[in-house]
Amino acid sequence: MHEMSLCEGVIQLIEQQASEQHFIKVTTVWLEIGALAGVEIEAMRFSFDAIARDTIADAAKLEVIHIQGRAVCPICKHQTQVSARFDICPECGHYPLDILAGEEMRIKELEVQ
Amino acid sequence: MCTTCGCAEGDTTIEGHTHDHAHDHGHAHDHSHHHDNALMATHAAGISPSRILKIEQDILSKNNAYADDNKDYFKTHGMLALNLVSSPGSGKTTLLTRTLNDLKSEFSQSVIEGDQQTVLDAERIRATGVKAIQINTGKGCHLDADMVGHALESLEPEDDSLLFIENVGNLVCPASFDLGEAHKVVILSVTEGEDKPLKYPDMFHAAGLMLLNKTDLLPYLQFDVDQCIAYAQRVNPGMTILQVSATTGEGMQEWYQWLRDLHQSIQTDKQQHATAKQDA
Repeated sequence: MHEMSLCEGVIQLIEQQASEQHFIKVTTVWLEIGALAGVEIEAMRFSFDAIARDTIADAAKLEVIHIQGRAVCPICKHQTQVSARFDICPECGHYPLDILAGEEMRIKELEVQ
Repeated sequence: MCTTCGCAEGDTTIEGHTHDHAHDHGHAHDHSHHHDNALMATHAAGISPSRILKIEQDILSKNNAYADDNKDYFKTHGMLALNLVSSPGSGKTTLLTRTLNDLKSEFSQSVIEGDQQTVLDAERIRATGVKAIQINTGKGCHLDADMVGHALESLEPEDDSLLFIENVGNLVCPASFDLGEAHKVVILSVTEGEDKPLKYPDMFHAAGLMLLNKTDLLPYLQFDVDQCIAYAQRVNPGMTILQVSATTGEGMQEWYQWLRDLHQSIQTDKQQHATAKQDA
């Protein structure tokens, strides 16, 4: 359940932004979470509501932008969608593939007042 | 969460670490993403105007900044720090106590123990004569870099020493949290399933070494060693894999040699760095 800690990280970054960018309330948080980031989205939502309580992001809406896993084969250069790190190249059968996208765990945007 | 020491609302405790401090971490976090295109979004009567801020910040950036501090600390002090990760019950603490005993005359060593509750493991370590500090994570399922940084303040490891950080028994969460270690060492025992590397690929992908432990029990089990190694290599082809038994000592010399080689390369780097500094 490291989603709890990740949410603590989100709130800390938001509070830091609040003092630098002068806002007092966050109404929406957009996160980008990749398919290979090892993050359980439902656990993230559950944790966020709990962690955000009594903070600047209390009752803020959490929007999760899902990023698909994409990889390129280092041998035949074929690009493909992947759902796990150990997926093999559908063209030539090689592994491991070089991950291009899907490891993201990022705060993308905030709607603030 | 205490912003001074990272203790989460009475959950995390570090042995011998009190809460009346006001120390400075000296981080200069990088916030180079301040976009000036904040939009005015809505503006209704009685509601303050909303705006959208682009942030584009990694959720783990704070942990990673602390991890970099720890990395600097280890580098400056010529230390080899390893992050030991596994499921509960893999024999991690037994493997560690044997290692500490066997290498006692060769290296100065210390241990940071992570568990949700109790100081039992730190006591097992201290029984070997090696200094250890326990971090209780409370409800937390992993150690983070800030906790380790604070533990270092209390532990005061010696220069050029080995530091073993025994993470909370968990093959999922500790994979994401860099503690500043040279490598993660994942310990898998033959009493578990051989398919664990595929079931928990993030951890096996993040590790630099896998120790396959309890090999003395193989005659009594159906465990397929070759299949297990093949699975691990599928997730992480570059990973070194050693077969050991912390009970009989079989294979432990290879593990010690891996430690010696790594420690030696850190010492060489440190000396080269010092020479370069003198020449400058």
